[in-house]
Amino acid sequence: MAESANAPMAVSDEVAIQIQNMNKWYGSFHVLRDIDLTVYRGERIVIAGPSGSGKSTLIRCINALEEHQKGSITVDGTVLSSDIKNIDTIRSEVGMVFQHFNLFPHLTILENCTLAPIWVRKIPKREAEQTAMHFLEKVKIPEQANKYPGQLSGGQQQRVAIARSLCMRPRIMLFDEPTSALDPEMIKEVLDTMVELAEEGMTMLCVTHEMGFARQVANRVIFMDAGQIVEQNEPEEFFNNPQNERTKLFLSQILGH
Amino acid sequence: MSDTHAQTVAFVRDTMLPEQPPPASEAGVIKWMRENLFKGWFNSILTLLSIFFIYKIVSGAYPWFANGIWNTSSLAECREMLDGMTGACFSVLTERWNQLLFGFTYPTEAYWRPTLAVVLLLVAIAPVLYPKAPRKLMLFTAIYPFLAFWLIWGGTLLTPLMVLVGLIAGYFAFKKFERQSFAMGMLAGLVATVVVIWAGGVIPAAMPDVLALQAIPSRDLGGFMLNMILGTVCVSLSLPLGIMLALGRQSSMPIIKWMCVVFIEFIRGVPLITLLFVANVVLAYFFPPGSNIDLVLRVIIMITMFSSAYIAEVIRGGLAALPRGQYEAGDSLGLDYAQSMRFIILPQALKISIPGIVNVAVGLFKDTTLVSVISMFDLVGMIRGPILASTEWNGVYWELWGFAVFVFFIVCFSISKYSQWLERQLATDHR
Repeated sequence: MAESANAPMAVSDEVAIQIQNMNKWYGSFHVLRDIDLTVYRGERIVIAGPSGSGKSTLIRCINALEEHQKGSITVDGTVLSSDIKNIDTIRSEVGMVFQHFNLFPHLTILENCTLAPIWVRKIPKREAEQTAMHFLEKVKIPEQANKYPGQLSGGQQQRVAIARSLCMRPRIMLFDEPTSALDPEMIKEVLDTMVELAEEGMTMLCVTHEMGFARQVANRVIFMDAGQIVEQNEPEEFFNNPQNERTKLFLSQILGH
Repeated sequence: MSDTHAQTVAFVRDTMLPEQPPPASEAGVIKWMRENLFKGWFNSILTLLSIFFIYKIVSGAYPWFANGIWNTSSLAECREMLDGMTGACFSVLTERWNQLLFGFTYPTEAYWRPTLAVVLLLVAIAPVLYPKAPRKLMLFTAIYPFLAFWLIWGGTLLTPLMVLVGLIAGYFAFKKFERQSFAMGMLAGLVATVVVIWAGGVIPAAMPDVLALQAIPSRDLGGFMLNMILGTVCVSLSLPLGIMLALGRQSSMPIIKWMCVVFIEFIRGVPLITLLFVANVVLAYFFPPGSNIDLVLRVIIMITMFSSAYIAEVIRGGLAALPRGQYEAGDSLGLDYAQSMRFIILPQALKISIPGIVNVAVGLFKDTTLVSVISMFDLVGMIRGPILASTEWNGVYWELWGFAVFVFFIVCFSISKYSQWLERQLATDHR
C-alpha cells in the first residue's frame, strides 16, 4: 500500500465522485461556476486556492451540507437529489472532518464515536464500541476514550473527529481545512494520521494549505480561484511548473518564504 | 543573584521554585473580619448600624413567634389568651390546616388520597430529576399521571386506564407509520389515540364501579393541593410543548414556522389573567354544545399554553447559542433530523436554557395563585375567601399571608437550588 502513495496516478478506474457542470449561487453571488470533476476510487486530491475561492463550498456540496442549483453530483453511483433519504444515504457513506472539529461537547470521546454507528447503521452498542476503540487506537488516543472533548488538546480533538468519521466506515473522506485551527505543534500529529489513512487507499478530498502534505500524498492538486477550477495537475508538475498566472502568484506567495 | 548580574550575565534556570504556603496574616477569621466588616471608618459605621437594625428586627419579631398561640379556635379566644402581650395567633393555621391544604369542600375521609398522590409524586419524579436513580422507576413515572388522576378525582380506575391504553396504541401506530414519514406517523398516532379512547370510553361507562373510589368533582378541589396540581401538570406539559414550538419556529417549512410564530407572539402579548377569564367564561363557547369541559382542565390548558410560549422563547435562545458546526457534524454523520435533535442539539440547547426554563417554571408555579381571581379556592383563594371572611378568623393577616409566603418560598427555592445542582452536574464541556 505504501507504494501507491509514491506512485501518484496508481488508482483504480472506478469512479467515486462525478461532478458535472455544477453551479452554485449564494443569493445573486455566483460561488461555484461550471465545476467538472471526476474522482476515482483511491484517489487523494488536494484542493488549494485563496480564501473565498469556493473550495470549502465545493466539498460541502458533495455531502449536501450546501445545496447546488445547477448540474449534477454523483457519489458512489447515487445522484444527489433534494430527497432527504437520498441525502442521508450519501452522508453516511461520506465522512467529513471540519476545521473546528465539531465534536459533541456533551458526549465522551467514545460516545462521540459510537453515536452515528448505533443510530444510523443500527450496529449493536458493544460492537460499535469495539470499532470505536479500534479507530481510536489507530489515531493513537485510546486512553482518552472516557474523557470529554473539552479536556483534550486541539490536535487530539481533530484526531478524534477523524476517528469518529471512520467509525461509519465511509468510502470517501472529505477534509475541510483540518489543520487551520491548530497550533503549529499539533499540525503534524493530524497530518500523520491523514497520511496513514491515505496509505491505506482511502479516497480523500482535502482542502488544505499544507503544501508539504500535498506533495507527499496527493496524486492530484486542484487549484481554484473565483469559483472555478483554474488548474489541476500531478503535484510534481503543479508545484514545479505551474501554468496559470493566478496559480503562479499563489504559489509564489505561500511557498516564497 | 544581584541586579547587576541579572542584567549582565546570561541566565539559565536549573531548578524550578516549589510552591509555598501564604504568610499567616493572609488567612483566618480575624483577617476575614478586618477585610469585610471593619475596613476603614465608613465600613465600620455601616457594620455597627447593620448590627443595630438586625437587633431591632429580631427583638421585635422574636416575642411574636415565641408567644405564638397554637391551639385556640377563634381570633377572640387567641387575643384573650395573649392578654395584651405581643404574639401570633398561629392557631388559625392548625385549626384551618386541612382547609389550607385541601380546600373547604374536599371530603374529609378522602384526604389520604391527595396525600398519597404527593408521596408517589416524589417517587415518580426521582428518575427524571436524578440521573442516578434506578432507571426502572421510569416505568412508574409513566403510569403516575393516570394513578394520580384516579387518586385525586376518584371514579373507576378504568377511565385513566383507557386513556393510557389509547396513548400506547397511538405510540405503536406512530412507530408503524414513522418509517414512511414523520408526519404520517404523528397523524396515525393521533388518530389511533383518539379512536381507542373514544371507542374504549364505553368500558368505564358500562362498569363504573370497578376499582372505583368516591368520585370528587373539580369544583371541590382547593387549597395548596390545587396549586400543586396546576403547577406540576402545567410545568410537565409546557416543557415538551415549548420544545416543539421552539423547533417549529426554526423550521424551514413556512406554514409550521408561521403557526408557531403567531402562537408564541399572541400568547406573549396577552396577560395570563385575561386568558384565565377566557378559560372561565368564554372558552365554553368554542366547545360543542352540551360538552362540559372541566374548569380545572380549561385552566390547565390556558396556563400550559401561556408558559409554553415563554419556554419556547427561552429554548430558542439556547438553540441560537449553539454553533452551526454542531448541526453540520450531525448532518455529515448521516443522522436524520429527529436523531440529531434528540442526541446532539437539544441536550446542549436545554442545558444552556436551564436557568431560563427554571425562571419560567417558578413564575408559573406562583402564577397558579391567579386562579383565585376566577373564584377557584387555591391557597390564596382560601385565605382571601372562606378563612378571612369567617367570623372566627377575621383579621389574622400576618399569620396567614406569612404562611402562604413561606410555603411558596420553600417550593420555589427548592426548584432553584435543584436547577443549580443540575447545571453543575451537566457541566461536562469545560472540566
